[in-house]
Amino acid sequence: MRRSARDTEESARKITRRGLFLGGSMAAVVAVLGARMRHMQVDQADEFRLLAEDNRISIRLVPPARGQIYDRNGKLIAGNEQNYRVVISRDDAGNVEDVLNRLSGILPISDEDFERALKEARRRSPLPIIVADRLTWDDVSKVAINAPALPGVSPEVGLSRTYPRDTDFAHVVGYVGPVSDRDLEKLEEPDPLLQTPKFQIGKIGVETWMEDALRGKAGSRRVEVNAVGRVMRELGRQEGDAGADIRLTIDADVQNYVQARLGEESAAAVVMDVQNGDLLAIVSSPSFDPNLFVRGISHTDYNALTENDHRPLANKSVQGAYPPGSTFKMVTALAALEAGVINTSSSVSCPGHYEVGGRRFHCWKRGGHGRVALDRALSESCDVYFYDIAMKVGIDKIAEMGRKLGLGIRHDIPMSAITEGLMPDKAWKKERYQQDWRIGDTVNASIGQGYVLTSPLQLAVMTARLASGRAISPRLIHSIADQPAAVDPGAELGLDPQFLQAVHQGMYAVSNNQRGTAYSSRIDDKSLKMAGKTGTSQVRNISAAERARGVISNADLPWNRRDHALFVAFAPYDNPRYAVSVVVEHGGGGSTAAAPIGRDILLRAMSDGIPPLTAYPAAQRNRIDTMHRKLELRDADGKMPESSRA
Amino acid sequence: MSFLEYRLKTVPTGASKILHVNWALVILLTAVASVGFLMLYSVAGGRMEVWAEPQIKRFLLGLAVMFAVAFVPIWFWRNMAGLAYAGSLLLLLAVEFFGSVGMGAQRWIELGPLRLQPSELAKVTLVMLLAAYYDWLDIRKTSHPLWVLIPVILILLPTALVLTQPDLGTALLLMTGGAVVMFCAGVSWYYFGAVAALLGGTVTAVFASRGTTWQLLKDYQYRRIDTFLDPSGDPLGAGYHISQAKIALGSGGWAGRGFMQGTQSRLNFLPEKHTDFIFTTLAEEFGFIGAFSLLMLYTLVLAFCVASAIQNKDRFASLVTLGIAATFFFYFAVNMLMVMGLAPVVGVPLPLVSYGGSSMLVLLAAFGLVQSAHIHRPR
Repeated sequence: MRRSARDTEESARKITRRGLFLGGSMAAVVAVLGARMRHMQVDQADEFRLLAEDNRISIRLVPPARGQIYDRNGKLIAGNEQNYRVVISRDDAGNVEDVLNRLSGILPISDEDFERALKEARRRSPLPIIVADRLTWDDVSKVAINAPALPGVSPEVGLSRTYPRDTDFAHVVGYVGPVSDRDLEKLEEPDPLLQTPKFQIGKIGVETWMEDALRGKAGSRRVEVNAVGRVMRELGRQEGDAGADIRLTIDADVQNYVQARLGEESAAAVVMDVQNGDLLAIVSSPSFDPNLFVRGISHTDYNALTENDHRPLANKSVQGAYPPGSTFKMVTALAALEAGVINTSSSVSCPGHYEVGGRRFHCWKRGGHGRVALDRALSESCDVYFYDIAMKVGIDKIAEMGRKLGLGIRHDIPMSAITEGLMPDKAWKKERYQQDWRIGDTVNASIGQGYVLTSPLQLAVMTARLASGRAISPRLIHSIADQPAAVDPGAELGLDPQFLQAVHQGMYAVSNNQRGTAYSSRIDDKSLKMAGKTGTSQVRNISAAERARGVISNADLPWNRRDHALFVAFAPYDNPRYAVSVVVEHGGGGSTAAAPIGRDILLRAMSDGIPPLTAYPAAQRNRIDTMHRKLELRDADGKMPESSRA
Repeated sequence: MSFLEYRLKTVPTGASKILHVNWALVILLTAVASVGFLMLYSVAGGRMEVWAEPQIKRFLLGLAVMFAVAFVPIWFWRNMAGLAYAGSLLLLLAVEFFGSVGMGAQRWIELGPLRLQPSELAKVTLVMLLAAYYDWLDIRKTSHPLWVLIPVILILLPTALVLTQPDLGTALLLMTGGAVVMFCAGVSWYYFGAVAALLGGTVTAVFASRGTTWQLLKDYQYRRIDTFLDPSGDPLGAGYHISQAKIALGSGGWAGRGFMQGTQSRLNFLPEKHTDFIFTTLAEEFGFIGAFSLLMLYTLVLAFCVASAIQNKDRFASLVTLGIAATFFFYFAVNMLMVMGLAPVVGVPLPLVSYGGSSMLVLLAAFGLVQSAHIHRPR
């Protein structure tokens, strides 16, 4: 088709006009694009640069090594162990389940761990997932060999807490565990370290009370991460400060001896230096292995611990509150002496019972002791003597003396759930029960029964104060990061030395006079002589009817209704060095169940190693030797003997 | 003028055509593609074989195609326009039935070793057909409603097929490309005004239909629109791509962070960094200078095309050149607007730079048409 020239001209002009218009429009858009580029890349560049840096740089905390805990001689109690684990990175693994299946063919992975790892993988966190922990070097090398078949899997080395003397320090040092939500709630401004995965903090005992010193300060790593959070390279590193090492006043070997000596009994014992308050041993039996808790205790193991009627988890040495029984009698005696209502030679006649307020209170010895003064009253533990002098002095003076000697007050050492015990007086009863104090209450309190409650730690403090005449306080921390902790020499109690001397003599007679309640637990070595006091505290009421029938002997009662056996002592008598307290729950009589243990412990504290047989009465040496041979004590490295492991 | 009026003797023949090739345009296109090779090398972490090498091979092939098309007289291509259009429609239909699914949409068709995206082809064949149509049509009938309706149907046919894939970006490019040819051919302003009004109505309808049974777009397309309107609303979800792209672009600053030093792309914060978002890597590593230079290269390509079209007295040649220039323009403009947060993410590659075979080949073939129009222009 031919077009007219005019049409052609017209068409060309139109295309030119419209083409130029099109070109202009496009140029306008290009101008907009250029302006936008300039705006973003020149005007807002800093802002975007910051966002980009924010994207790529991530600060990762480097957990510090936790401070180690040593005994007074530098033996390791709580340390850090290199621990191999296997982690899997979700990005690199591809199909996590496949890789885990292959991995479980090589490593012992429990179904529980398997499920947990899968669950974490589904959460799409960029952090590597810990699949298996505490692996042997063998396992790690198996993973390394099979690396090509295990994409994303890599071995890692970390530090984990270990307690080489496991059961010996479970109650003192406690253990660490993963940070719980409750732990975080307790803190106002939680250390960001606590939120790092697998971080562990002290849960009970010294580990938790000294947490701040032990934890140290986190270091930090500036790393470059990619879009899914994987670390590409390290940009910078700032080392943190390792936690401070702590040295305890405990002697690990004495602690071990005491733990072994208490054996399977449900018992507690405390050994204290009477000069400076250092706790040489503080033991609760039975114990448990804190390493189980660090690794995550199984349900079976945990149930076994909670269902045991000897309560291994309870720290009886500081948490347990027991009626002190006759071990309280020194308090009553000193209160009466100091009040001037008796003197050291005042005597009381004991017919086997005491009547007051229309009630009859019995002496443990049905036939009575006859006429007794302080020395025999203590050594033979005559109850009537103390009923009588308590009536004279009154409960408030006794309570005051009790508190002076460290009962009924909380001794602040870095351990968990320390009990205050109970040192009752009139005001207390009024407030607690809205009742008046009765005469019978005083009678009961005078021999450490009724309302009086004490912990083994308090009994040890009481004995140390009696031995030294000073307000000795218990001390558990020897030094922190080689900075010795302060020693409180203890102010004078202001007790008349003459009265103290009289009480000491009575206690001496307990374990050295043939008629003393702990004569069979005496020490033969002249330089190591011991002064003590036995106690037997009832956990049940003996009715008049039962008394008439004849009190059932402990051996015939079910275990949990038997009396508690107690013993407190200090030695050497001439120059007191150590005080000990022993409580054997439902052990029966203090003289038979607690005193021998107390004696052995004191001798161990005063000796270098197992006490020599010459320190024991000749007739007992064979038996003691056999007993010592049977004790399963740790070697110098804290290892248990081979026989006990089988 | 029509080819019947050509003084054929004045049109170069044989080997002498090489002298009449618009060499400046060839050099410009090679420069643009080279920017692509450089960036593909960079986003692959310094490796040629991943993306850069196949891209270079395809470019060389595309260049050969371009010259082949260029040396064939333009009137041959005009006569082929109908056939080409019909062919690409058939291919689009084939995609409907045999296409491969990628990125949630059917877009590819496997032809032996070649993976073809017919929607790319359709952009050029549509422009060819419309140009041929207006070359044939009596100029005085250009704005007659009936003669306007025919090209509109011709545009809507491939557009509808592409929309069902669904590929919103290409559909938009098809419509705008077709509209530009109509506009340049001289269709009355009133029609464009009416269409603009209609579009406004449609947009309203699209939003109104959301969540109802007659919902006009797929959910992901709505989400892209939401994301576009407020990318900060969901920085880790749907808005993630666009936020990260903007960060990459902005953090480039004046001179960029240096070749292969772009943290956003190197650390995988950027999505689709070798295809649709490759411009952000360029902007991050070479800064405003690099990004603006690429924009200028593109603009020069446009300028050469427009100049060539205006000088050309052949109606088909002018319209085809302008249509192709406009298509090319829409490619890079939409892509840049998208990565700079001024347009929704619709999946339009950066022409000649983004990794991808079909668009590279088709674009170079289209520039072959532009060259052919240039070489065989009436003198």
